[in-house]
Parts: sequence; structure tokens; C-alpha cells
Amino acid sequence: MYSSRNEQLIKPMFDRYTQETGQAIRFVTDDAGPLIERLAAEGKNSPADILLTVDAGQLWQAAERGLLQPIESEIIKTNIPAHLRDPQSRWFGLSVRARTIVYSTERVDPQDLSGYEDLADERWRGRLCLRTSKSVYNQSLVAMMIAAHGEERTEEIVRGWVANLATEPFANDTRLMEAIVAGQCDVGIVNSYYFGRLVRDKPDLPIKLFWATLAGEGVHVNVSGAGVTAAAPRAEAARKFLEWLTEAEAQAMFAGANLEYPANPNVAPDPLVAAWGTFQPSPLNVAQAGELQAAAVRLMDRAGFR
Amino acid sequence: MWLELHEVVRRFGTRAAVNGLSFQLERGAIGCLLGPSGCGKTTALRCIAGFEPIDDGVIRAQGVVLAKRGESIAPEKRHIGMVFQDLALFPHLNVHDNVAFGLAHVSRDERRRRVEELLTVVGLADRCFHYPHQLSGGEQQRVALARALAPKPDIVLLDEPFSSLDSELRERLGLEVRQVLKRFGATALLVTHDQREAFAVADVVGVMRDGRLEQWATPYELYHQPATRFVADFIGEGVFLPGDIVGPSAVQTELGVLHMNGGARWRPGQRVDLLLRPDDVIHDDASPLTAEVCARTFRGADFLYTLRLPSGTQLLSLVPSHHDHAIGERIGIRIEPDHVVAFERKSS
Amino acid sequence: MAVVAAELAPPRSSRAADLRSFLLLAVLCLPALVPLAVVLSAVLTPEVEVWSHLLQYVLPEVIANTIVLVVGVSLGAAVLGTLLAWVTSACEFPGRRFFEWALLLPLAMPAYVLAFIAIGYLDYAGPLQSWLREVFGSSRWVPPIRSTGGVIAVLTLSLYPYVYLLARAAFLSQGRRAQEAARSLGMSAARAWWRVVLPMARPWIVAGAALVAMETLADFGAVSVFNYDTLTTTMYRAWFGMFSVNAALELAAVLLVFVLIVFAFERRARAGLRFATTRDLSQQAPRIRLRGARATLATCFAAVVFGLGFFFPVLQLVLWVVERAAMDLDARYFEFVMHSVVLATSAALIISAASLLVAYLERHHGTLMVKLLVRIATSGYAIPGTVLAIGIVVPIIGVNNTLQSWLSAWLGPSAPALLLQGTLITVLLAYFARFLAVGFNPVESGLNRITAAIDEAAVSLGAAGFQLVRRVHVPLLRTSLMTAAILVFVDVMKEMPITLIARPFGWDTLAVRVFEMTSEGEWERAALPALAIVLVGLIPAALLTPRGEHVA
Repeated sequence: MYSSRNEQLIKPMFDRYTQETGQAIRFVTDDAGPLIERLAAEGKNSPADILLTVDAGQLWQAAERGLLQPIESEIIKTNIPAHLRDPQSRWFGLSVRARTIVYSTERVDPQDLSGYEDLADERWRGRLCLRTSKSVYNQSLVAMMIAAHGEERTEEIVRGWVANLATEPFANDTRLMEAIVAGQCDVGIVNSYYFGRLVRDKPDLPIKLFWATLAGEGVHVNVSGAGVTAAAPRAEAARKFLEWLTEAEAQAMFAGANLEYPANPNVAPDPLVAAWGTFQPSPLNVAQAGELQAAAVRLMDRAGFR
Repeated sequence: MWLELHEVVRRFGTRAAVNGLSFQLERGAIGCLLGPSGCGKTTALRCIAGFEPIDDGVIRAQGVVLAKRGESIAPEKRHIGMVFQDLALFPHLNVHDNVAFGLAHVSRDERRRRVEELLTVVGLADRCFHYPHQLSGGEQQRVALARALAPKPDIVLLDEPFSSLDSELRERLGLEVRQVLKRFGATALLVTHDQREAFAVADVVGVMRDGRLEQWATPYELYHQPATRFVADFIGEGVFLPGDIVGPSAVQTELGVLHMNGGARWRPGQRVDLLLRPDDVIHDDASPLTAEVCARTFRGADFLYTLRLPSGTQLLSLVPSHHDHAIGERIGIRIEPDHVVAFERKSS
Repeated sequence: MAVVAAELAPPRSSRAADLRSFLLLAVLCLPALVPLAVVLSAVLTPEVEVWSHLLQYVLPEVIANTIVLVVGVSLGAAVLGTLLAWVTSACEFPGRRFFEWALLLPLAMPAYVLAFIAIGYLDYAGPLQSWLREVFGSSRWVPPIRSTGGVIAVLTLSLYPYVYLLARAAFLSQGRRAQEAARSLGMSAARAWWRVVLPMARPWIVAGAALVAMETLADFGAVSVFNYDTLTTTMYRAWFGMFSVNAALELAAVLLVFVLIVFAFERRARAGLRFATTRDLSQQAPRIRLRGARATLATCFAAVVFGLGFFFPVLQLVLWVVERAAMDLDARYFEFVMHSVVLATSAALIISAASLLVAYLERHHGTLMVKLLVRIATSGYAIPGTVLAIGIVVPIIGVNNTLQSWLSAWLGPSAPALLLQGTLITVLLAYFARFLAVGFNPVESGLNRITAAIDEAAVSLGAAGFQLVRRVHVPLLRTSLMTAAILVFVDVMKEMPITLIARPFGWDTLAVRVFEMTSEGEWERAALPALAIVLVGLIPAALLTPRGEHVA
């Protein structure tokens, strides 16, 4: 397996699977980009059976380049909702995370919050913190915004965000939230599980999640997902493993390890996660995050979002 | 002949650093190549050592050809010891190991014996376990010599061995080196630009210019019977006095008629320059010939006076220093022409 | 008296030997050249759309950033390294003995580790500013760490040891004499230092600063943490954000132009080094005793640099480890350590041997072509790790696939599956390309100290060829070789991008671990592997300056 999801989030599951079925799993972790390049260069001789990523855009990219093979599996079709699957069955999501607004409970009234677009408004001048545009999570968010609003409007929004920044973009979500707590800014956009990790250790922090809306329709979500590689030497075993991953036990482990939401709607999320409340996910197919990612990156360059 | 060079040529590009060099060195003799920098003496040495190939001519040692055009015996097989200008002692070895370096093929006892012997001879037995950087310049030089002598080489080559040392040391060390070499019966060739060194150490000296020898003779002969004008100029001090041949060995000069050595080659009427050394010009109060002192150098035992004749010609005179004459004084002089040598006059 | 009984033979250095060495060097150049070829081929087949976007919106700022960063860090490291080198090599002040050695320790701390510690500690939300706000109500006067100044400061603190090492070598070998000469001519101590000592040490300082510049140009980890856009980060983004390998490689080409410029500087400076005199330890001049305010100033200066560059960061790492990460210390951990050490040791051995070979080839067959090849082979140092890694992995995969298809054609379905790219070869080749210069420099200068006269003396005493190497060169090169091996070892321990991309299955190293943790924002958990890297890197760095003064 080539995985861009970190080792400590996946190893426990692999060990479990090996325990149950005796099938050993070897894996390499790296950023999705180098992994995809390597798959592409290895071609027919690639030893990898599965590609596991932390972002739908990455899966889309791999599929576009012919690196993933479609798998027909009733089990997967049943367990994973359509908008979290590739329309051509080359990959599917395993866990869902929301990228949404966090705010300081001390300085922000949640009534003032609505959509991501809203953060471009003047009243947030000097109060917004964002993660760097290099983050694939922001790239996906902007990509989905382009899908919903078109490039021109999205560029306006992003420019608005940049104007509202209280400080330089952060290299990761955790620092961003710490800045909010410290008072450097009041609102930000983060992945739900980063928020989860932070408050798991320090539940009394004056910071909360707000379920924002994208084009008025729902929270931007993304998936951690997988697909079978086109040249997989052990395709059958790979399919079995992936099917196992969509079942209840694995889903709970997979999502729970990282405080995410299981893709399988029949599996309840970790109680800590459930405590944040339910939300309406945006209905757009996550594949579009990949399609529009390049455009999103260019847009952010033009808007001066570093 | 122990060492023989015959018409050796070594070129670098179009320039011939050694250009037809020939000489012979007897067994047990110490030779020297003396000349200004750039005359090719170091290159010649390196050719003999085998670090440079030769382009023409032959180098022979004990009758065996060491090098000729296109072929040469590798340096490590020539049994030639060398003392380098910068000494090149091995910094990672102490004195004992430096000297023993060339004795790898000899038994341990024999090695120790030889090293002890050499170090005793050069007077460094108590420094046996010091490292090169702990020694003075003179001591390092003696180690370098001992090291070169240890494997009993057929020939020892010395490349400007004293150039890195103080000048008063040089003459003294020169004598010491000569003693050491003679003690071991070594055949040696020294290269230097310093006359005093050459004279102190060598039995026979060759004056080199532009890659060739002007003269190959004993120091005495070089001084008193220089074969060419260059040698006369280079060796010792002196002036050239113009004159005309008037007889078989008589020359007419403004100082009168002087007699010179070997007049056979001159025809009357020819114009010549006579070499007058400072010791040819004697201070004699009784002499009618006088000259004005226009400069003087104190040399301890002597003064070297630069004198001017009424005609303007300058002479040098070596006078015992208790004759202390001031500049501007006129003193009487006399020419003792025992070893006056003549050269064809150069039209200037 | 032995009669000369050897055979006449043609003179030593022949055309055949020259050709052999040329070919050998050409092969050694391949690991560095192949990625360049890959970059070049991408430049020749540009993806116009992406490139024009970059050119219009991104490149001007990014190039400006890169220049500012490189110039800032090089100057900073040059000044800092030189001052520290002078103070510790020529003066005596309380704690000098300790700091002389301790100021080298930042070598063991990777820039990206220092980066996240600095930000974690000094940022708005960090402990320092929080405390200030608590006590004084405002922390506004603290300069923002996540700024250009911040990234320059961190990289300077991380990289100054390169200049420090070289400047020290310069001052120890010539500094005091030169200063005494100048003072005897009527200059005050300060003027003497400025007008004489410093210019004499300039080749060393420039060489060190050039190394710093190349490291800065290639840096990816630290600038990522700072979110500072340089050519390397933009390359990465073009590749994986805009899905254009081509654009990334074209940016690599731009980066290589800068590298070439710095490289030219460095070569010129190193040419000056060649004529420097060797050390005469018997002439060690006594140190200048600093007293009173000056002594305190010196001690404080050294202490502050050491503190900021090493001591406090390590302290912070230790605190984090104690706080959090004991849970991570298990058998898997020692596997990481093992992997790191095995990779680092293999690379150190291979590169030291290769450095020796290259140095000898240059010494004995130093034609213009050979010198050029040596320069090329040792230029991989400046190529960013990511570019090198992909530039080597891709061709190896290609070779592997070709061989595989031959094998399959030959042996049919029973042919074994080759996986060259999954072996140590790939990663070691990439290390080779990147770090040959690191090993080569000390070996080359060590070999240069063995003058031609020493060689000839040994030859005239019967020790030629292999004997010469064994009895004279090896003992004299021992320290240089050790220095080479140590420097390579430390560099590979810290190395991240190449290891990440080119490592074999399951060969996770400590650096990879740090990457995984920091990319998840779990900086506290990155502390344990980071500390492990620093500790392992410490042992060799400490050996680098034993009592004497043997440096590089």
C-alpha cells in the first residue's frame, strides 16, 4: 500500500486485519504527490496494490492518470454513499472530515457566522486566521467554491479573506487555533479533526466549531479514501481488504483514530465527534475537488493568498 | 664515470629548460650546478632523479642508461636519494621513522643500526623521537639529509638545500653537509644559485646559463680562470677593463701594459676586456697610479673600495680594513696581474 | 652499492591512464547529471499554460523571496560565523574552551527542527508572548517570528557552523601572525583585524558562506514551516498542487541558475584557498586575553548564540519528550534509529571512498576535462533534495522496467519481479549525488596538503604507487577522511526529502518520522525523533574538534 495518511492512523487497522485474516500488509507513507509520481513511473511493474490518500483531489488525480482500476463491489456500493465515491468506481471515501469555521467563544457571537463566503466581509477585517494556500485542504475548499460560484466570484471572496487576515497564514491548523485562543485573531477555518484533537486534551479552551455553509447548502467535506491500483499484482486481496475497511468495525477504527466521520452512514461516529453536533454536508461530489484543484491553486496565486 | 649526462635536452612547450647539458661526475665527488634562477638547474636535477623525462640526450649512471629520449627508469628504481628545497619531511613520522623510511627492505636490526649511525653523524641522536614540526630549520635539513643517505643511494641530489635557512648558517651547514657526504663516500650533485654554498660544499662546479653549462671546473678554476664572460661576471666580483692586444700576452690598458694568462688565441690589435678582480688591485701608497674612492663597503676583515680612475673607469679593490680611507680620498694602487683573464670586447 | 638493474620504460602518465580516469569520473558524475538531464528535458518541453501563470503571478515574488533569503542568511552566517571563529580562535575569555567546541553543535540540529521550535516558542500563541501578555498586558514589541526576519534568523542560526568551521581554520593557521605583522606596522588591533586578518581569511569565509547559500537554496523543510515562498516550495506546489511535474522541473531550472551563480563564487574562493600556507603549529601565538567588559561581552555573545542555536531548542525538545512522547518509545523506535544509522553509515563509507578516488584522479590526471568533471560530480550538493530524488527514482524505474521486460521476454512468466527502485541503491545514489561535495572538500584539502615534494621524497626512497599511498597518504589523510565520513553521516541523518521519496519499503527513518508528525501539526510528538536525530548527530559533531585544532 502507498499511503499519504500517516502511519499511526492506519497501522492499528492493518494489524487488526492481519490478526483476523492472516493477510500481511506492507506500506510506504509519503505525501500523495510523490506517491502518485512513483506509481506513474512504475507503471506495470508497480508493487503497490492500494493507494490511500487524505484528500479526494489526490484520488481524482491518480484516477485521471490511469493509476487506479475500477472495482465493482456491491459491498462498497452499499456502504459508501454515492457523493463520496468516484462516479467511475475507481476510488471511494473511507472517512469524512469537515473543513469548517472555528471561532473564539470570548469574542465572537455565533449568530454573526454563516457561510465561508461571509468571512470576506469587512467586519472581519484583521480578525481572520487561515492556513496556507499550499495545504491540500484549502485547495480542495477553494476548488469546491469554484464549483459552486464560478471563478470570478470565488476570486473576489478569496481576496476578501486575504484582506481580513490578522497575520501570515499558518503552516497548520493547530497553530491557527492556538492563535485564536491566544487572541491573535477571532475566526478561522480548520479541519474538524484538528479541532477534535485540540479539545480532546484541553476541553476548556474558549474555542468552538461552527458548521458553515458553502453557497448556502452545507459544510465543505472531504474524504480520506482509497482505490486499487491499475497494476495491482494482488488485486483480489486488495479488494477484499478495501471491502473490509468499509465495514462497521474498520470504519469505526479508521474514522475514530483521527476523530473523523465514518463514510459509512450506518456507523456512528466517535462520541467525542458526535458531541460537536450534526451538520448538513455539501451535496457536491468530492471528485470535483480534484478536477478544479489546479484552477484553485492558480486562483489563490492571483488573489495573493499565500 | 659514476654519473654522466650527454647533450640532455628537456623542453616545456617550445622553451628548452635544459638545452644540451653535458658533464661527468666521478665516484665520491660532489658536484654542483650553479646559476641564476631560470637557468634550468632544478629541471636538470629532476631529470636525473627521474621526475622529469628527457627529450633528447642520455643520462647514464655507472654506465647504465637511466634515461634517454622516450624511455626512462622509474624514480623509485634509480637508487638516487634526494634532498628537497622545502625538505618534505613526512609530518606524520618522527625523526627516526623519517630516516628509516627508505629502509623497508632491510632487517629491523640493520635498520635501527643505520638510523642510529646516521643520526649520530648528523648530530641529532637525541632528537630521535621528535616530530618534524618540533625541530628548527637546520635540524630539519639534517634529518632530510640523513633520510636521503640511509638507503645508501648511488647518488645524492640536493635541490637548493639551504635556501630556507639563515645565511650565516648556510656556510657552516654547507661544510657540515660536505663532511657528512665525504664521510659516507657519497657521490652528490647540488643545485644552487648561491656561490658561497657551491664553493663550500662542492668539488666541482658547473655554471649554467639557459640550459647549458658555461664551464665545469673546480671553484678555484672558475674564479681565477673563467672560461666565458658570463662565468667571469657571475662568479665573484670584478670589473672589465678595456684594452688592446699588443703582444703574445700583453695588453695595453690605461693602467699600463698588463700581462695575462694564456695569450695564444689573441692576435695583436684585437680589442679585449680584461677581468680585474678586487684582489688583483692592491693598495700601494708608493704607487704613482692613484684613484679616487667613490664608495666603500665594510666587510669585517676588508674594505671593498670602489675606485675611480681619472679617466672615469671604475675599479674594485679589496683592502685590509685597517686602511680606512674616506670617500673622495685618492689612494695609490698597483695591479698584480697574476690571474688576469681577457675576453673579446663586446661592442656596446 | 646496488647496480641499477631495472628496465627502461616509457614515462609514467600515459594517454590510456588519462582516458581510464576520465571514464571513471564520468560514471561518478552520473548521479548528479541525470537529474539535471531530467530537468533540462522538462525545460525543453514546457507546459505553457502553467508556466505563464507562474511567470505572471508567482515567480517575481518567489524569486525576490529566494534572493532575500539567500543573501540574508549568507551574510548573517558569514558575520556570525566569522566573529565567533575569531573570538574563539584568537582570544581567551571565560568559557572559551567550552564554546569553541559547543558552537559547532548546531550542526547536529536540522533547520526544520529549529524552525518549528522557534515558531512554537516565539509565536503569538507561544509561551513567551503569552507570558508577556500576562505580566505586561501586551507583547506587541516582540518581533513576529513568522516573518522574513524570522526565517532568516532561524536559518542563520542553523547554518553558521559552516562558516565557523572554515573561518576558524583560516584564523588558526594565519590569523595571529598576520595581526602581529600589521600591528608592527602601526595599525591598531581593530584596524589590523579589519584590514589584514579578515582579507586573508576571506577565501575561507566566502567558501563557507557559499556552502550556506547552497544549503539555503535547497532548503525545503524550514521554509515550509515558516510558510515562506521560495523556489523549492513553489516547485513542490506546482508539482502536487497544480499537477504539473513539468512546471516544477522548470522552476528547478530557475533554481539551478541561482545555484550556478553561488557555485561560481564558491569556486573562485576555493581557488584562493589553494595557495594558503599550511599550518605551522610550532608557531602558535599566545591568545589575546580579554578582560572586564570585553570578556563578559565575548562570553555573552557565545552563550547567546549557543543558547539560541542549540541549548534552548534541545531543552524544549526534551521538555516535549518528557511531557508527551514516552508513549512512542518502543521497539519500532529503535528500528527508526537503526534505519537512520545504517543509511548514514553506508553513505558515509561509500562517499568517503569515492571522495578519495576522485581526489586522486584529480591529482594525478588533472587535465582541464578532468577538473571539469570533478566539479560536475560534486555539484549535486546544490540540487534540492526533492529534485534529485525524483530525478534519480524515475530513471531507475525506467531502467528497472526495461530490464524487467527483457527478463520477461527471456524467461517468460517465471521471470522474477525486479524492484530496483525498492532497494537501497536508489536512495544511496541520491545521497551520493547530493553529498559527494561534503566528503570531497575535506579530502581534497587534505590531499593538497601533501605536497608534490613529499610524494617525490617518498618515491625517491623506494615507495611508489600503492606503497606511497599506504605509507604516506593514508596516515596523513586519516583526519580528512574521518572528517569527510563524519560530515556525511550527520548530513544524511538530518536529510529528509530524498529519504522520504527514495527509501525502500518500510525503511522509515527518524527524519521521516519528524516529517510525518510536523505535517500533521503534532509538533510535540515530533520532538522525540527530532531529539534522537540531534543526539545521534551530536556524537560525530563533538568528535570534530578534539583538543588540538584539527579541523576539516
